[in-house]
Amino acid sequence: MSKRIDVKDLNVYYGNFLAVEDVNINIDAKSVTAFIGPSGCGKSTFLRTLNRMHEVIPGARVEGEVLLDGDNLYGPGVDPVTVRSQIGMVFQRPNPFPTMSIRDNVLAGVKLNNKKISKGEADVLVERSLQGANLWTEVKDRLGKPGSGLSGGQQQRLCIARAIAVEPQVILMDEPCSALDPISTLAIEDLINELKDQYTVVIVTHNMQQAARVSDKTAFFNIAGTGKPGKLIEFGDTPTIFSNPTEKATEDYVSGRFG
Amino acid sequence: MTSTLTPVRKRSALTKGQLPKAAPYIVLAVALVLAAAILALIGFNPFGWAVVSAILFTAGLTGWSAAVEGSRRAKDRMVTCLVVGAFLIALLPLVSVIWTVLVKGLPGLMDPGFLSTSMNGVTGAFDNKAVEQGAPIVGGIYHAIIGTVLMTVLATLISVPVGLMTAIYLVEYGGDRPLARAITFFVDVMTGIPSIVAGLFAAAFFFAVVGPGTKTGAVAAVALSVLMIPVVVRSSEEMLRIVPNELREAAYALGVRKWRTILKVVLPTAISGIASGITLAIARVIGETAPILVAAGFATSINNNVFSGWMASLPTFIYTQILNPTSPSNPDPSNQRAWGAALVLIILVMLLNLVARLIARRFAPKAGR
Repeated sequence: MSKRIDVKDLNVYYGNFLAVEDVNINIDAKSVTAFIGPSGCGKSTFLRTLNRMHEVIPGARVEGEVLLDGDNLYGPGVDPVTVRSQIGMVFQRPNPFPTMSIRDNVLAGVKLNNKKISKGEADVLVERSLQGANLWTEVKDRLGKPGSGLSGGQQQRLCIARAIAVEPQVILMDEPCSALDPISTLAIEDLINELKDQYTVVIVTHNMQQAARVSDKTAFFNIAGTGKPGKLIEFGDTPTIFSNPTEKATEDYVSGRFG
Repeated sequence: MTSTLTPVRKRSALTKGQLPKAAPYIVLAVALVLAAAILALIGFNPFGWAVVSAILFTAGLTGWSAAVEGSRRAKDRMVTCLVVGAFLIALLPLVSVIWTVLVKGLPGLMDPGFLSTSMNGVTGAFDNKAVEQGAPIVGGIYHAIIGTVLMTVLATLISVPVGLMTAIYLVEYGGDRPLARAITFFVDVMTGIPSIVAGLFAAAFFFAVVGPGTKTGAVAAVALSVLMIPVVVRSSEEMLRIVPNELREAAYALGVRKWRTILKVVLPTAISGIASGITLAIARVIGETAPILVAAGFATSINNNVFSGWMASLPTFIYTQILNPTSPSNPDPSNQRAWGAALVLIILVMLLNLVARLIARRFAPKAGR
């Protein structure tokens, strides 16, 4: 239940502005890949192109190929909705649906698509997804309560449960811990470690310790200056990137001399 | 361990002089007495007394405060007085209207059969008898209530789908396209259409399509929906726009199609605001007179069919009862009926506003642990 992603010569534009230039990267199945880099370097933009969520932003478009186990996401006739049901996403700010209970939030991916599901199957799915997001013990007695009543960290784990309930191949996380306290962050990091047994995980983070803790591979993005496109500078095993990078810019960034 | 002595002071060094708590009441009492004295010289009247008292109170409190508390507190007190004054002035007409309508309308409402009979067969002779011999005032507004309710419901049925779908197009699909900008512009123009013009339009439209002289409840409903649609579009648009984009993205990221996202995530999140906006739009058109007069004519008997025949409504009932009393020589019974109908109309509007609030509370996204 997980697929690899290969990106070939990808350029991302906002209108005529080239935001991210010429990215080539191979993300292994069942691994955690972290994207690090200064603000505005295009990490999040690039992450969104991996499940075509950038198309929500007016004027955003890409050139190049993103292959999910060999299938190009941008091939002719590919439905972005199909892509997104295979590649889930967790956002920076927890965003449970305010009109739904905790249980309905987990089932949102199923119910919003009007798929028929029996109550028994739904119960199993809710429990499995919440177990998978390490949230089951905390909420099992109040599944009918609104999701917005949970704490920020619990809401974020609820969003992860919601994402894994649709059984995607890949989970993208856009700075999932930046709005959370250290304890909740730790809970999410533990969860990421468990998720990689089943899913391919790609995470954008500003926290380099976090990248070092959770990821198998790390990609460093940088930008030459304002108005210039972001670029993938270096991609490799996390220990190598943090202790023995090839590029000078990477070394400066991870050692805190810059950025 | 060293210990420092806390200096004991009578008054904190951090404060300036303070007025006693009762200061406003003292000033108010003085102002009332003083104003009464001044007005006694030039002839007393309650309205002048209130105005002079208010001016004296503001001046007195500000002056006293400036002397004791300093200029900042004095300014604060003066602005407080002005704000409260503005509030009272704004409230005055409202209270006055409700009071007048209650006092004049209650006798009409108490007439036997006022809510359950129509004006069918009620002639000037009955009113003359009521005035001259003290017989009960007959006739009622049942037909007008039926007409108002039917026409408003039909207008709502037309306006809500059109208005809501327009709002959805503008917010979710329109973006900055020329069509969306054109719609926004025309909706703004529509908001400013005088209601009589809407009535003329609907009447002319039905004359052309159905036949000359077509005046039915449905024509009036079309006229009302011309007035209602822009209000519904505007209020629904506002409500849809404040639905956070994060929720749409969350749904997209789960592989949910756009129309399903709108239907099941965006609309439920905004439904409380939309529902109360619609209710307020209904309250806005329920009191329209001119378009109904032009489009539905006027009736004295019960007409339950919006698609044929002239129809009465509460506003047109009031209008004709005042302008053409049933008995021209004794207009008092007609006046009483008109005020009674006005009271019923106000109660209807107030109920609708209340319903809007209940709906807003009922559907609002719940927070709770």
